[in-house]
Amino acid sequence: MDGKQLFEIRDLSIGFTGNAGQTLPVLRNVDFTVSGGETVGIVGESGSGKSTLALAAMGYLKHGLRVLGGSAKFKGRNTFEMTTRELEDIRGGEMAMIPQNSGQSLTPTMRVGKQLREALRLHTDLPESSYQDRMVELLTQVRLPEPENILKRFPHELSGGQQQRVAISMALAGEAEALLLDEPTTGLDVTTQAHILELLRDLASETGTAMVYVSHDLGAIARVSDRVVVMYAGEVVLEGNARNVLLSPTHPYARGLLSSIPSLKDSRLPAALEGRPPAPGAAGNGCSFVDRCAIAQPECMSVRPDLIQTPEGESVRCPFYAKVPDLAATEQTVEMARADGSATDAIRLDRLSIDYAKKSFLDQLLRRNNGSVPTVEEITLRIEKGETVGLVGESGSGKSTILKSIAGLLEPSSGKIQLGEQEPLAELVDKRPMTHRRQIQLIFQNPDESLNPRHTVEEIIAQPLRLYFNCSAEELRKRSIDLLERVRLSSHYLTRLPSQLSGGEKQRVAIARAFAAEPELILCDEVTSALDVSVQAAVLNLLNQLKRERGTTYIFVSHDLAVVRCLSDRVAVLYQGRLCELGESASVYSLPSHPYTEVLLGAVLEPDPEAVPEILADDVVELSPPERGCPFQRRCPRKVGSICDTETPPWQVGAGSHAIRCHIPLEELYQCQNGGKSADR
Amino acid sequence: MIKMILRRLALGAITVCIVSGIIFAGVEILPGDACTAFLERNAQGVALANCRSELGLDRSATERYLEWAGNALVGDLGISAGSSRSIAEMVGDRLNNSLLLALGALILGVPTAIFLGCLTGLRRDRPIDLVFSTSAIFAMTIPEFVSATIMILIFSIWLGWVPGIVLTPAQAPSIEFFPEVILPMVVLALVMTAHILRLVRSSVIEVMAGDYVQMATLKGVPYWQIVFRHALPNALLPAINVVALTIAWLLGGVVVIEVVFNYPGLGRMMIDAISDRDLPIVQAIALIVATVYVGVNLFADVLSLILNPRLRTMYARKS
Repeated sequence: MDGKQLFEIRDLSIGFTGNAGQTLPVLRNVDFTVSGGETVGIVGESGSGKSTLALAAMGYLKHGLRVLGGSAKFKGRNTFEMTTRELEDIRGGEMAMIPQNSGQSLTPTMRVGKQLREALRLHTDLPESSYQDRMVELLTQVRLPEPENILKRFPHELSGGQQQRVAISMALAGEAEALLLDEPTTGLDVTTQAHILELLRDLASETGTAMVYVSHDLGAIARVSDRVVVMYAGEVVLEGNARNVLLSPTHPYARGLLSSIPSLKDSRLPAALEGRPPAPGAAGNGCSFVDRCAIAQPECMSVRPDLIQTPEGESVRCPFYAKVPDLAATEQTVEMARADGSATDAIRLDRLSIDYAKKSFLDQLLRRNNGSVPTVEEITLRIEKGETVGLVGESGSGKSTILKSIAGLLEPSSGKIQLGEQEPLAELVDKRPMTHRRQIQLIFQNPDESLNPRHTVEEIIAQPLRLYFNCSAEELRKRSIDLLERVRLSSHYLTRLPSQLSGGEKQRVAIARAFAAEPELILCDEVTSALDVSVQAAVLNLLNQLKRERGTTYIFVSHDLAVVRCLSDRVAVLYQGRLCELGESASVYSLPSHPYTEVLLGAVLEPDPEAVPEILADDVVELSPPERGCPFQRRCPRKVGSICDTETPPWQVGAGSHAIRCHIPLEELYQCQNGGKSADR
Repeated sequence: MIKMILRRLALGAITVCIVSGIIFAGVEILPGDACTAFLERNAQGVALANCRSELGLDRSATERYLEWAGNALVGDLGISAGSSRSIAEMVGDRLNNSLLLALGALILGVPTAIFLGCLTGLRRDRPIDLVFSTSAIFAMTIPEFVSATIMILIFSIWLGWVPGIVLTPAQAPSIEFFPEVILPMVVLALVMTAHILRLVRSSVIEVMAGDYVQMATLKGVPYWQIVFRHALPNALLPAINVVALTIAWLLGGVVVIEVVFNYPGLGRMMIDAISDRDLPIVQAIALIVATVYVGVNLFADVLSLILNPRLRTMYARKS
């Protein structure tokens, strides 16, 4: 750390003009500094202004935003006063941005090589002839295999992790002194995320580049930051070194945020942070967090608190910060509702296989197999009434595919699905009788897309009631209100449209709609992935409560292992459409594990600056599963030998029907895994 | 890729075949035929039978269709029922004239439309955008014959710059249509420009607000380089198909303009043929327009395939 100040943002306010002509601030009096070689994390939920702040540091404002006051300096010069020419010089040169979604941030019609070449041309003095070598060097630096080949490809021909690495190499091309990273690992698989973060850490220490790391993910922030800034409703509410902020937060919001994160180490549900942040301009005169604060005092309503220096060297925007540590004692974490073990089956999947690859017309005609390997192969799973089974795996593991097939949206190529003791279900939903359709309900990942934007909440909830129960108008209304209350929304929501609801509220409406059908089985497809952590905790708690009250059976799909743990009785781990491990969640999350589960768990980041992820396998995304042997053979860190390539591993059943599909005997797995640090998992 | 183009080509050929069948059937269903039209009140008894056997109309419909289609394949479109001349020859002149009009309108319209579309898209909500976007809406909504009449009034009657009506005979070489053809060209170009401009404008706006343009800005790429290297290649892709549709429309669907300017193009010939009950000509023109439609769309599809890397690699992997 050379201590020279790079970014110096003072009292910066940024806002836009609302529909009624009023000025609505999205950043309010923000102070923010970054010195050379330092890594600073900016954390906050959606709408907190964290991305706006990072972009403002580069002198960039999104369409419609304007500076209301204050200054943003880079190396002593105010970026908002620079000419376009000067900005073009320093952007990508002295400072560079690594965007959230590189898939969309790389120009689709330009080859990777051309885009990298552009960065070199604009920001280096290298002669044209040395570009090729330099580009290969850059791609090697971000650990991309076969760099010459990558240069010739178009962005869409790369995997998410590769696209992100290309974006990083582009930012490195100009040898910037400061890198700004806007959610650089959001949307990537856990193993890919762990790899990218390690890469960024190494780059920071090798090159001494300062980094500003913006994320909603406290785990990622914890891994890379020296210092952390917590933002809420456009304000900095807490700033301090990463250890203090993450381990003993002194602002009530930071405290609530941290306890709303589900943890791998804890099977309990996280505590929800009720309420929602004020919309821009709605923060009033007092503290912006006052509505959700557990230690709010009368004066918090009227006086906006200033940033206060604590003896530990933090700045906190709460005069009562000394009381925050006491909150720990009163915090409630809910125990997960357990299945009562009634032992009747809710649903049985019998050797279910699904093949996405459509057979060509000729192959169909000749009734021959075109040698493709099915996307999902022979899944056999029995789920008891009232039980929650979690399906986990990386993208492409077939978890959503299985759900779609159960819901009758996708035709399985073979196998049966049986609901309770009834006849096997018809393959597609339009061939299923009404009662079968009613018994299975699906909740989708993104409520923005699953709720019709032109229907009111009442119409949305009444639809299944009308379809399945033939209610009178009066009864419809009564039941709709009842359902809303069950998802903790009051009856005045009935007349609202989805666009008038927050993300969490929308997902509650989607849950109410699913429960309206009084289903036997609810399929949850990444239902919390599009939500902020504090809202996620509330939705998880709601699902848990409904399970307790009504004994609902859930199949819960998520890529987030901690989320799955806190809601599931049993967990099934999938890799490339094949089951690897199945058992009680407590057993799956302890030893021994299938090597793939071990890889996944090792890569998970906890919001703890001292936790170090274990990277056991590379993150190469495979296009199709291998034809023979163990599906995980190509990435397995514990591969025994050729047997893994040729023979499908057997199911080995351990204590409490915990089953692992691996050639390595269970005791041996336990011993070699227990040798490492992962023993206390 | 080649395989895929060949497949599209085959599909296009099949489409044209089906369309030819429909055209033939459609004409067949109409009451009366060339002989009833030609003989008028004498169309009965022996005279009608003689006429029909002379023209081969007494054979089965399938037989006649196969003969017609087969001849059409080698460029023989039959004999006009009205004038006993070769249709290929008659239509040939008209096709030339229509091509001249279409080509002129395209050369005038497409570059203007793309240029103005980009300009208004990049200068969104500024005065220049408002002026052109609003004018485009006017050009789109005012019926063509109204704008044509207004143009005639202004440019040929008041100002006297160009003739307002075409008097050159249909068989004349293309060059002799100047300057008479200029005004119809301009009117067509105007309507066409408006449609393409609106599309290009919204496409440019969408792309300029996109993530990769923001990324390029933050990479320090100068504005005009962003526009030309990053934004336009993506923003103009959807324009290809619209331009293709416009070309097909220019060849067959501009009857009104041809009538207003007395221009001897395909559209007017079709209308005349319909009122004369000269069914072989109607069939021939319908077939030509359908073929152009299919051909132009095929060309547009292949072109966007070549220019859009996402589509291109998708097909490359498949075949």
